[in-house]
Amino acid sequence: MSNEIEAIKDPGLPAHVHRKADTDPVAEKRAERQVAILFLISALGTLLFIFAYYFIPEDVFVFFPVLGNTNAHQLVLGLGLAIALFFIGAAAIHWAKTLMPDEEVIAMRHTMRSDDEDRDALVVTVKERAGAAGLGRRSLIKRSMGLSLGLIGLSPLVLLRDLGPLPGDDLTKTSWNAGTRLVTDPGDRPIRPEDLEVGAVAQVLPEHIGEERRHLSDIAKDAVLLIRIRPEEFQLSPERLSWTYDGIIAFSKICSHMGCAVALYEQTTKHLLCPCHQSTFDVPRAAKVIFGPAARPLPQLAITVDSEGYLIAQKPFSEPVGPSFWERSS
Amino acid sequence: MTARERVTGTVANYVDERTGAAKWMKKNLTKVFPDHWSFLLGEIVLYSFIILLLSGTFLTFWFDPSQREVLYDGSYEPLQGLHMSAAYASTLHISFEIRGGLLMRQIHHWAALIFMAGMVVHLMRVYFTGAFRKPREFNWIIGVGLLTLGIVEGFLGYSLPDDLLSGTGIRIAEAIIQALPVVGSYLAFFAFDGAFPGEAFIPRIFTVHVLLLPGIFLALITVHLMLVWYQKHTQWPGPGRTEKNVVGYPLMPAYMAKAGGFFFIVFGVTAFLGAVASINPVWLYGPYNPGQISAGSQPDWYMGWLDGLVRMAPPLESYIFGYTIPWNILIPGLIVPGILFTGMALYPFIESWITGDKREHHLLDRPRNVPNRTALGVMSLTFMLVALINGGNDIIATTFSLGINQVMWFSRIGIIVLPPIAFVITKRICLSLQRADRELVLHGRETGRLLMLPHGEFVEVHEPISPELAWKLTAHEQAPALELEDVDARGVRRAGGLKNKLRKRISQANAESIAKPTANDLKEIEHH
Repeated sequence: MSNEIEAIKDPGLPAHVHRKADTDPVAEKRAERQVAILFLISALGTLLFIFAYYFIPEDVFVFFPVLGNTNAHQLVLGLGLAIALFFIGAAAIHWAKTLMPDEEVIAMRHTMRSDDEDRDALVVTVKERAGAAGLGRRSLIKRSMGLSLGLIGLSPLVLLRDLGPLPGDDLTKTSWNAGTRLVTDPGDRPIRPEDLEVGAVAQVLPEHIGEERRHLSDIAKDAVLLIRIRPEEFQLSPERLSWTYDGIIAFSKICSHMGCAVALYEQTTKHLLCPCHQSTFDVPRAAKVIFGPAARPLPQLAITVDSEGYLIAQKPFSEPVGPSFWERSS
Repeated sequence: MTARERVTGTVANYVDERTGAAKWMKKNLTKVFPDHWSFLLGEIVLYSFIILLLSGTFLTFWFDPSQREVLYDGSYEPLQGLHMSAAYASTLHISFEIRGGLLMRQIHHWAALIFMAGMVVHLMRVYFTGAFRKPREFNWIIGVGLLTLGIVEGFLGYSLPDDLLSGTGIRIAEAIIQALPVVGSYLAFFAFDGAFPGEAFIPRIFTVHVLLLPGIFLALITVHLMLVWYQKHTQWPGPGRTEKNVVGYPLMPAYMAKAGGFFFIVFGVTAFLGAVASINPVWLYGPYNPGQISAGSQPDWYMGWLDGLVRMAPPLESYIFGYTIPWNILIPGLIVPGILFTGMALYPFIESWITGDKREHHLLDRPRNVPNRTALGVMSLTFMLVALINGGNDIIATTFSLGINQVMWFSRIGIIVLPPIAFVITKRICLSLQRADRELVLHGRETGRLLMLPHGEFVEVHEPISPELAWKLTAHEQAPALELEDVDARGVRRAGGLKNKLRKRISQANAESIAKPTANDLKEIEHH
């Protein structure tokens, strides 16, 4: 026995097996009929589609198990279209599988690489042509061309400059100022401390003066959550404690992680949860992050009451609200 | 000559005299395409793209890509009298007043999900069978580009209705832009024409969604398909199939009918989904307001893994010289995805560096015969799956009554521990399957028939397998590990020793396999 490893041999392409429709005229006729029926089902689907479009009213709802209450117009319209499309495909494929030639054929591949001759000829041509243009010699043209082509790429960049203004202090400033009243959202009513029971939570915005409706861009910075707990439950520094009023504490509602609205307040644990990425903030400890990806507590708004007994801001936010950005200093 | 032949002939003559198409058509109408169900996955993607173009064009006729504030007075009662953007109002108009509008919206959204899912499964097919090897590396890179753009395109698409859910997604995208060191806040202000949300982003992403990206898709898909056409399709190993030939059905008529028919099947199934399966019911979410949100905010699944990574990130942020670097956003949002997609794009080159194989390959690998590659693939999928699970951690927690922290900690630990475990298990399974193949070739198929020998012993009768199957199971190559010497012929240490050592080590792991049976083995067994 030789030491040469002898691989198992390729038996070659197996002999073709004829289908029933290839040999039996009855089967062939049957296949033909089947294809025709499939095409006809598709035609019926289109008719159903047209019927639904014109004759099924849009406000009729029907109940189907699994689907629930479904709009009949939309359902039949869609089913008609689905049938019309699907059965064209089914017919074409059935046709191909039963009646069209199904003998496998062998074609040869060629390697992607060009012949050496062609490659050499190309090198010669390129060298000759490039030489004729004198690209190698004329370095003055080459350099100035490089400069101009490089510079012209700048113009589209310059043109994009007016896409938007520079940030300025837009990211650090909100509409909250000393004395700004807290008003309910929605409703725009000023609120008194006694409107809020212990355990309650309210969304507020700074009082908005003028006819124009609030801009969403302002809400995106100004939204504040007001939470009332028992004052003795606070674990705050004396300064932060002075920012609360009678157990009412105010935080920016805009998550310090990625800016979602921190809307879920769990009364029993006194945790605020952001539904986007589950950052969890502990309310009695000045919204300290106790879980999740947020790195900073929610900014706290210093509040008090004015002479009429309405809640107001003591001063603007002491830090930017919302997600981090490069110029943010802490 | 019949009248029909005369007309066809005249038209064909007219066209050919002006284009010379006859020569090209003659050759290509009989072009051979190998047949296998897994080759249809890419077709599904192509057809979904066409469905997206058709249904998307329909939607643009009524969609108003504007954030101008309007007062809703349409037929959907719960939202009447509410202020909302024109984009949202027109989406409601399409859904409730345009006949077939809701159907088209749902078809469009389902087609987008199928488009993305098809790309992922097609990519897995190409990866696990080694179809990306020389000469198809360019097409692999184009594919990775299409996948990346697909994620962006899908995200922009479901952001257009400007509902509460999609606005929240845009808010997160804005936070990622804003998190970039040095240029972040500037880029965010340029992109949104000022502070978030502003009134510019809907019209802007509309242009990108319906013009810019589809144009790029069209160009890349064209090149992708032309390369498939020119390089000819890969084929599975089997009797009569070699690296030098391609075995299959000619384009005309069977392949044409099948591929054309398949388009209608895909469209039909998508239409069926659009008819019966509600998707993205934006009227339930309400218009976008940055001060509001709904619990269980979820992106579409192809963004879910990214959101999952962001959710599980540790709360890291650096403050250096008065500047902020939010690692909790940059690492999961940009750095990890960047590494993953770059690694994926470069994989064909990495593998050829490991194996030292620079030849063309047109025969596909059975995944079990390339254990390392298969294991690496399963490892990556495990990583993505853990990330995706964490992207739905709130839904999972409420569905299975778990704490959200438990799911999060499972993901945080799992994303590091589970992928390597998946690698080891997959590799072992591959080697076991190789062993099973070897067994099958050498000892044949177990028939389940028991035979009692004269002296009372029971044996099971094995039946030899067909030569076709034996060939299929043994047609693959088993290349040995690279022989890399640390020192050259004159005994001098080579430069780049560490790199060499690494390459050698990986190459050895890569070559680990169960020796495939040879004709000699078979003969030896016959002698027994």
